[in-house]
Amino acid sequence: MKCAPFDYVRAGSVEEVVKVLGEADGDGKILAGGQSLVPVLALRMARPSVLVDVNRIPGLARIRPVDGAVEVGALTRHSRLVEQTHHPLLAEAARWIGHTAIRSRGTTGGSIAHADPSAELPVVAAGVDATVTIAGPSGERTVAAEELFLGALLTSLDDGDMIVRVRFPLPTRWGFAEFARRHGDFALVTAVVAEIAGSLRITLGGVAAVPQRARAAEQIVADGGSAKDAARATADEIDPTADLHGSAPFRRAIAGEMVRRALAQVGIE
Amino acid sequence: MNISLSVNGERTQIDVEPRRTLADALREDCGLTGTHLGCEHGVCGACTVLVDGEPARACLMFAVQADGSSVTTVEGLEGTDGELHPLQEAFVAHHGLQCGFCTPGMLISALHLLDTEPDADRDKIREELSGNICRCTGYQGIVDAVQAAQGALAEPVTTPEASDE
Ligand SMILES: Cc1cc2nc3c(=O)[nH]c(=O)nc-3n(C[C@H](O)[C@H](O)[C@H](O)COP(=O)(O)OP(=O)(O)OC[C@H]3O[C@@H](n4cnc5c(N)ncnc54)[C@H](O)[C@@H]3O)c2cc1C
Ligand code: FES
Ligand code: FES
Repeated sequence: MKCAPFDYVRAGSVEEVVKVLGEADGDGKILAGGQSLVPVLALRMARPSVLVDVNRIPGLARIRPVDGAVEVGALTRHSRLVEQTHHPLLAEAARWIGHTAIRSRGTTGGSIAHADPSAELPVVAAGVDATVTIAGPSGERTVAAEELFLGALLTSLDDGDMIVRVRFPLPTRWGFAEFARRHGDFALVTAVVAEIAGSLRITLGGVAAVPQRARAAEQIVADGGSAKDAARATADEIDPTADLHGSAPFRRAIAGEMVRRALAQVGIE
Repeated sequence: MNISLSVNGERTQIDVEPRRTLADALREDCGLTGTHLGCEHGVCGACTVLVDGEPARACLMFAVQADGSSVTTVEGLEGTDGELHPLQEAFVAHHGLQCGFCTPGMLISALHLLDTEPDADRDKIREELSGNICRCTGYQGIVDAVQAAQGALAEPVTTPEASDE
């Protein structure tokens, strides 16, 4: 339960991170909040030779409202997201992440890069059509969150890439509902309802390897259908896998109910 | 690597390997064995300490990351005269512990809660302590103790080093 040895670099700038990761040639890892990486190292599921600590890079923890959206620096701790008032959906979602001692260290960039299928921030990012700005060997680029998530714990980030900020559009209306076995546990199902540019998006976490849009349910709502019908459509259109924490039919039922609750928050009964 | 940190108000210099966790550094290099290690991967809460006033899992931080920080461990709770902190007194009085393994993490988490939310109700106390696992007490006594300490601490709690500075 102790990490294998590694070289430690305390980076002072994003450029330095990209340089060190490049030199490590696939054997380096960024260390942000450490709330997902350090357990992985302790269990020796990964043994990178270099850890690049990004915690002391200045200017990466800003939360900035920009027109119609809020820009969140990669190093923003979950606890700061809970406190901010610019993006109420983000604040609500962050409240559901783990416990105080996890939220005080864990970061937005780390959560998006880790891409846990049950994590809150990736669902919100996909749900509001967020864009992620990434620094890499050939400069900065911006990609849609939905394109970033490829699978469970799998993203389109290259070895030498670092997420620097995420731009979360502000929904005109939103709802958030989550079901977990115990307070602070990873979610069994998360449902995010967000009205972006006039259309209502329904996005689910925990039911597939990546955040999943409930498109049949969205169509029902767009056609003026009830939340109950949307919930039923959700349960039908997803294909959750069973595990220790819940059977597939149970997850379908919970997903439908979470969609119903999130829709109720935007006044759709 | 040589690092310098303030532990319970005392400047400390230690030489650690980068992979040394803060928890191991506190226990092995600083001789402060009050910080307990249960799971060593973030889930049990036994190793919870305050780093610059915010609760953190000491098993999920490397000591080198705490360079220049101030850390509060359970040893920092007692007064200079060795008197127990009101929270500790309440844990004793209300059966807040049996084997005591989870207690340091419980105390630190509760300390932070009472510091930031002195009027937290029972539900909030339970929510806040849900990140700390206890295999003995059934939690009832722990929550009772935190509520009793709220009464005893009419003044907002400050961490020992904050009041030293
Ligand atoms: C007990 C416990 C409970 C938890 N409960 C929840 C929960 O309910 N919901 C939830 O969402 N999360 C939960 N988490 C995880 C937590 O939210 C983590 O903070 C988050 O998943 C990762 O963020 P981090 O900053 O800690 O990243 P790290 O652990 O430092 O890094 C994670 C991964 O991302 C990479 N990385 C980090 N930053 C960047 C970046 N800027 N650019 C590119 N790559 C980067 C790292 O190299 C690593 O591979 C829990 C963790 C614990 C220990
Ligand atoms: S030992 Fe750190 S959380 Fe269990
Ligand atoms: S008192 Fe034994 S684990 Fe809590």
